[in-house]
Amino acid sequence: MREIDTKEISDCVYRLAARAGLALTPSCRAALSRAEAQETGAAKFALSTLLENERVAQSENMPVCQDTGMCVILLEIGQDVRLTGAPLAEAVNDGVRRAYRDGNFRKSICDPLTRVNTADNTPAHLHTEITEGDRVRVACLPKGFGSENMSKLYMLTPAQGRAGIVEAIVNTVREAGSRPCPPVYVGVGIGGCFDSCAFLAKKALTREVGSVNPREDVASIEKEALEKINALAIGAQGFGGKVTAIGVSCEIAPTHIAGLPVAVNIQCHCVRCEKEEL
Amino acid sequence: MKRLTLPLSDEQLAELNAGDSVLLSGVVYTARDCAHKRIFEYLDEGKALPFPLEGSVIYYAGPCPAPEGKACGSCGPTTSARMNSFAPRLLDLGLGGMIGKGEMSDEVVAALVRNGKVYFAAIGGAGAIYGNAIKKSECVAFPDLLSEAVHRLEIEDYPLVVAVDSRGNSVYQK
Repeated sequence: MREIDTKEISDCVYRLAARAGLALTPSCRAALSRAEAQETGAAKFALSTLLENERVAQSENMPVCQDTGMCVILLEIGQDVRLTGAPLAEAVNDGVRRAYRDGNFRKSICDPLTRVNTADNTPAHLHTEITEGDRVRVACLPKGFGSENMSKLYMLTPAQGRAGIVEAIVNTVREAGSRPCPPVYVGVGIGGCFDSCAFLAKKALTREVGSVNPREDVASIEKEALEKINALAIGAQGFGGKVTAIGVSCEIAPTHIAGLPVAVNIQCHCVRCEKEEL
Repeated sequence: MKRLTLPLSDEQLAELNAGDSVLLSGVVYTARDCAHKRIFEYLDEGKALPFPLEGSVIYYAGPCPAPEGKACGSCGPTTSARMNSFAPRLLDLGLGGMIGKGEMSDEVVAALVRNGKVYFAAIGGAGAIYGNAIKKSECVAFPDLLSEAVHRLEIEDYPLVVAVDSRGNSVYQK
């Protein structure tokens, strides 16, 4: 049994959240550079502004985007780990709280009815998974809501099958139009049930932009959906162009014989995701 | 690229075409969802607004806190479509225009045309550039709304695209 004090997890969350606010993932940056090279006019202007923006963020120590997001924290905890110290959720929230305070990040979390802001960006959305081994893997995905608002969950029928899945993905991006800050990164959950399907879509967004699902039939859905999305010609910021999405990542899980849940979680072009293993 | 300073004359507004890139300077006021709700309550109750509406430009934005030595933190645009229900009435009351991101409704476009005003798109996600180009920031209303309060910003050389011009032409694909 390996003991880990939750203070270590808190400090890890602090480091990851602080880093994530200031930088795009390397795979996102590379995808935006490739898009910039392909586009013309207002879309090119938008993409070159975004690449310059990240340089300004780093040199001025300012968040890349003012929507520093709801902090999604994914923890994979090996079952040979025994956590000690403060309760886990408290430790995670403490890491988020300190990172958002010290980094001058925006506090964006509020009560859904009164709209009163919690003023420290907590609670984080914490998801824990028990895995094998004696390690703890921490991922931090600050999620902006311009794009989150455009996400959808479909309960398709088995008869709708693969074609229905691709259609659901493409329609979600089409209906979102210019609003979620395209070019978008699309996370898709296929299967599971109502809630686990949505989580698969979120988890898909922690994969590198351009990564491919190891299952060939799933990878072919990613490829076809991306081609069809880019044929929509929405382009960067909705200004028209060849690149409407920089990637589609699908995750899959077994479902019920009566159903085919599909969740489409839209991520804007500002993909911020940091990971560490303890 | 065309450099413009607010307030814009009718002539300057008429010369802008959807898709033009501009560098905009001058005074703007931030307001997003909650601030708009309050502004409408003020209007419905006949109370004086805490900032001048006539000729002012609203920036749909909620900035990050200012780091030391800066006037403002990261400050890119938020999704304008959430303000679709607010913009026409404000334009009819004399609002000078808006800055935000993403397409707005046909009703908003009609109000822009009716009043000869322009909707500018800031580049969503470029918060550091826009925050860094703010020379002065002052909270003028609703401080309890934190980042959603109304701030008077003095901006310099904001890179923007004319999203909807005064004739109703739009940069967005339909």
